[in-house]
Amino acid sequence: MNPARLTGRAVIGLTRLTGRVTIFALRGLAGIGQHPAELARQVMQIGWLSLPVVGLTALFTGAALALQIHSGGERFQAGDVVPAIVAIGMARELGPVLGGLMVAARVASAIAAELGTMRVTEQIDALVTLSTDPMGWLVSPRLWAALLCVPVLVGVGDVIGIMGGWLIGVNALGFNSAIYLSNSWAYLESWDVVSGLLKGAVFGLIVALSGCWFGMTAAGGAAGVGRATTNAVVAASVGILAANFALTGLFF
Amino acid sequence: MLAVRGICKAYGAKRVLDGVELDLAQGESLVVIGGSGTGKSVLLRCILGLETPDAGAVLWQGQPLAGRRAAFMEGFGMLFQNAALFDSLPVWRNVAFRLLRTMPKARARAIAIEKLARVGLGPEVADLYPAELSGGMRKRAGLARAIAADPKVIFFDEPTTGLDPIRAAAINALIRGIVDETGATAITITHDMSSVRAIADRVALLDRGRVRWQGGVAEMDAAEDDYLRDFVAGRARPMARGPQA
Ligand SMILES: Nc1ncnc2c1ncn2[C@@H]1O[C@H](COP(=O)(O)OP(=O)(O)OP(=O)(O)O)[C@@H](O)[C@H]1O
Ligand SMILES: [Mg+2]
Repeated sequence: MNPARLTGRAVIGLTRLTGRVTIFALRGLAGIGQHPAELARQVMQIGWLSLPVVGLTALFTGAALALQIHSGGERFQAGDVVPAIVAIGMARELGPVLGGLMVAARVASAIAAELGTMRVTEQIDALVTLSTDPMGWLVSPRLWAALLCVPVLVGVGDVIGIMGGWLIGVNALGFNSAIYLSNSWAYLESWDVVSGLLKGAVFGLIVALSGCWFGMTAAGGAAGVGRATTNAVVAASVGILAANFALTGLFF
Repeated sequence: MLAVRGICKAYGAKRVLDGVELDLAQGESLVVIGGSGTGKSVLLRCILGLETPDAGAVLWQGQPLAGRRAAFMEGFGMLFQNAALFDSLPVWRNVAFRLLRTMPKARARAIAIEKLARVGLGPEVADLYPAELSGGMRKRAGLARAIAADPKVIFFDEPTTGLDPIRAAAINALIRGIVDETGATAITITHDMSSVRAIADRVALLDRGRVRWQGGVAEMDAAEDDYLRDFVAGRARPMARGPQA
């Protein structure tokens, strides 16, 4: 077939898909407030239960960052910048991106597997016959829970990451504890933190949206659910990295 | 009150439904029979709009159902072939799902337990999760969910498969009783001729995407149609003459 036609078809297909996903997301977000108990359950699932993995990720990242910046900085007699760089690096980039990726691994897969199973076992059809809109009951609470919780997770991750850097700084790199902490704060601007939290909100939405979209459109039994889960994690991870690039360009 | 007009549905090259025509009067119990894989479940899904038919329409109270689905569903209940219980909710919440939107928890639970009793499940089942039930118990819990809010229209997809003969007879009697007591309109799919006789006012035989024969349950035994007669008598047919010819 001629390449122009192939390209055209791909572009049209992609545009259609983008439109569908956008409408799906808007319908999901519009369903807010219909089922507060479900929202609370999802906040628990997506937010609270992600804390350990996000916290550990931040802790080790902050610690490794401190070691790297110290050894790199020493090359030009700038080992002192460790606290400031760790704080800025965590807040602006590593907190939201790594936190988002960990949430993607944990949450996008869980959502896609759960909704996909519900789809292929006709539970979603059963919802419709019980006069319950699956968008309001299933999708909306997950989208909102992720949108609201991931920024909080990122905030907590920032603090833990800085703590990780501080632990290494004080115990291995010979920093004075009080000076390390005051340097962490001194160079950190509020926009560094706020931009990271905003990124977190966008990443949360990307994660939940991937999980819900691939779950709700799953078909073809157990193998179909498996495919939906894989696709959800891949789409969420790539989506986070792409959105991070776009947002970083936009913000700074 | 419910009319199916020329519904067609194909999956790829496979034409599952090919112009199905059905009419249901208020308070009537229609039983749909037909070989396995002839499209009985697909027909129910097309009527409900869970599957978009390629052609045809469904009329409810004389007007197209499309666009009035929400109103229709308010007075509707369905037992799915595989029960389709919500795994994440305990049995009583499954049964009370629709009730919980309109009444306090305690009352919804009491009604759920009463409906579970009607399908032969004790109160100890109420707090179990669907994964902890046997196949036949799930089926009956699904049945309890379908009838929980006293619907005006009910679809049962194979209500007695997976049940022992005594339970099956009890479920047949229950379905017939619901139609008689509440005046509900029902469509039941089944392969079990004793269910057909117990539940049906009217019987429709689906074959090769169309209604091959329909008539009152009493006329079934005297019918001329040789496929129906083999079906009723449970006689083997050469596969080539079966529904998928
Ligand atoms: N989603 C689908 N994709 C492709 N083909 C399908 C799909 N759903 C159903 N079919 C096909 O449609 C036909 C009818 O399926 P259906 O489930 O309605 O059968 P049935 O009459 O209910 O059979 P049974 O009595 O065994 O439940 C089958 O041959 C099946 O292969
Ligand atoms: Mg079936």
